[in-house]
Amino acid sequence: MKPLKMVVACISILAMSAMAMAGTLDDVKAKGYVDVGINGSLFGFGMPDEKGEMKGLDVDTAKAIAAAVFGDASKVKFTALTAVQRLPALQSKEIDVLCRNTTQTLSRETQSGLNFVQPNYYDGQGFLVPKALGIKSAKELDGATVCVLPGTTTEMNAADFFRANGMKWSPVVIENTAELNKAFFAGRCDALTSDMSQLAGNRSVAPNPEDYMLLPEVISKEPLAPVVRHGDDQWFDIVNWTMMALIEAEELGITSQNVDDMLKSENPGIKRFLGVTPGMGQMLGLDNEWAYNIVKQVGNYGEIFERNVGPDTPLGIPRGLNALWTDGGQMYASPIR
Amino acid sequence: MTPSESEPKVPFWLDPGKRAIGFQIITCLMVGLLAWYLVNNTLVNMEKQSIASGFGFLEREAAFEIGESLIAYSASDSYAKALFVGVLNTLKVSFIGIILCLIIGLFIGVARLSTNWLVKKLAMIYIEVMQNIPVLLQLFFWYALFYEMFPSPRQALNPMAGLFLCNRGVALAVPASHPAYFQMFIALMIGLVLGFGLKRWVKKRKFTTGRDFPVLWPFLGLSLGLPLLVWVLHGAPMQMDVPELKGFNFQGGIMLSPEFFALLLGLVIYTSAFVAEAVRAGIQAVSRGQTEAAMSIGLKKKHILNLVILPQALRVIIPPLTSQMLNLTKNSSLAIAIGYPDFVSVANTTINQTGQSIEGVAMIMACYLVFSVSTSIFMNWYNKKSKLVER
Repeated sequence: MKPLKMVVACISILAMSAMAMAGTLDDVKAKGYVDVGINGSLFGFGMPDEKGEMKGLDVDTAKAIAAAVFGDASKVKFTALTAVQRLPALQSKEIDVLCRNTTQTLSRETQSGLNFVQPNYYDGQGFLVPKALGIKSAKELDGATVCVLPGTTTEMNAADFFRANGMKWSPVVIENTAELNKAFFAGRCDALTSDMSQLAGNRSVAPNPEDYMLLPEVISKEPLAPVVRHGDDQWFDIVNWTMMALIEAEELGITSQNVDDMLKSENPGIKRFLGVTPGMGQMLGLDNEWAYNIVKQVGNYGEIFERNVGPDTPLGIPRGLNALWTDGGQMYASPIR
Repeated sequence: MTPSESEPKVPFWLDPGKRAIGFQIITCLMVGLLAWYLVNNTLVNMEKQSIASGFGFLEREAAFEIGESLIAYSASDSYAKALFVGVLNTLKVSFIGIILCLIIGLFIGVARLSTNWLVKKLAMIYIEVMQNIPVLLQLFFWYALFYEMFPSPRQALNPMAGLFLCNRGVALAVPASHPAYFQMFIALMIGLVLGFGLKRWVKKRKFTTGRDFPVLWPFLGLSLGLPLLVWVLHGAPMQMDVPELKGFNFQGGIMLSPEFFALLLGLVIYTSAFVAEAVRAGIQAVSRGQTEAAMSIGLKKKHILNLVILPQALRVIIPPLTSQMLNLTKNSSLAIAIGYPDFVSVANTTINQTGQSIEGVAMIMACYLVFSVSTSIFMNWYNKKSKLVER
């Protein structure tokens, strides 16, 4: 009978929503893995390699979270999301955390019900142009056609930049990164604008990378950080302190290679960090070896940076703002104590 | 004798009629409850996650640029205006698309029934190939073809005076603005109204007196002649706004973007294959006997088509045609894949910048609902009008 089926459906929906009320950490533990939203097509940050394995700085950040929660960096499920899909996917609990080059902004934290943790990459927006265009500065782009990804802060920064300098421009907005790149390299646009790190990645996949150059102007601040939902403080703490642990490990000189030797260290900070002196992990609701597992399986922030985007990779990005504060950069972990 | 007198009284729960009503009420209540639950649940959850709701954001500054617009728009305008620009862009590509689609579809559909073997087969190949390639792939293909095939603006092709082809689009010379053009538009409208009045009068006269009167030439004379007269009276302004290469791109004239062309081309080619099939089916649905009967009473060939075949074929053609027009409008939302700033594209950017996805998606749905329902209403009205009056 139809009405009966309807009643059953209603009841099961009610039951399901009641179950979904538990905290993110409990959900994650029950599932046995962390659902992480990543870019999926951004070289150096989140993109499959030739063997189909996800690689990148954001991917390693996600693995560090899994290592902290499960003691196993492989317990991650990656969901590739476009710029437009990413925030709704997090809001609707499709994913537990978003590690996808997302800029922390005021409106996202207030209007969208999200919380950003410690940034894993400090970026800024720039312009990539063909050398044949013969310009040396972004101030010469009056009247240009500019390729841009939709639904990003990029779109607004570019609009602000051109407005502030009294210049005209027309955007070509294509959702798919690969299609946008194709259009740019075929000459549809005079310039491509995005975060500097992305432009470096885009240039490295150009038919002739030497034919393109980055203009010197950096027109915005882009603190790219992992994101969680508002209202789950425990989960926020776990993701935030995982980022802190990555930075702290580099500061303390602990690497994936020497972490076992470091267990014997007499330095109280290191002992606390690695769980030799117990307590820190418990406060987060995790094992006391949480930080040990992160460093052992994923490495410290410096290792992640060098492996994915550093000077020895095709991206060849210098540490710059992303160096430790002790080296003049911005990477600064609050004390783990 | 009424049946109730002979039958014993049935309790209401065994009366199929009353039971059916009861189930309807229960179903309505269930659906209502479910809807209320979903809406309430959404609102509560949004509140809990402190996601902002409401349409207040529409008045805030949009702060993003839009590539092409039918009205003046800049980044300092509101979200509401940005969304309106998107609506106009969707209407522009849908309207032109539907017109082209009807013309090409009619042509191919008739060609499909041609007695010429080559014409027939070519039409068949067109229909089969275009119907069966997903429209999204066609869009990528036309877009890539456009920017790969044409040179950069500095080496733009110039096949004729005032027309430039390059990978930034098609730059076209248009008459420079002059007060005459607005008056010419008014004259055109007056001409059209007079022309249709004439057509009615001729039809009426034919039914009452049986005498014929030519319609086509006076109609063309009125609708084209009047604007021409206005133009001559204004001293025949000839000033043209010719596109010129300035800086990065052409300035002046009108510029049609590759995104617009690729979208239009993809939608028209894809949908016209379906329209062609509808046209073919409609014509074939009219039995051969109708033509023979019309011939036997001595009607002229054009009268057979106009008075006998088409009125019957249209009955069959219009409903599938309506759904193809709706499909074209809805498929235009694929524009986001190739960068044409249609409504969905602008709404997506808005959603992303304000984070108000529920409001944004609701607006997208409402907008397409309005487009589709108004197309349906118009086509149903036309369907009723062209339906055979059966006695």
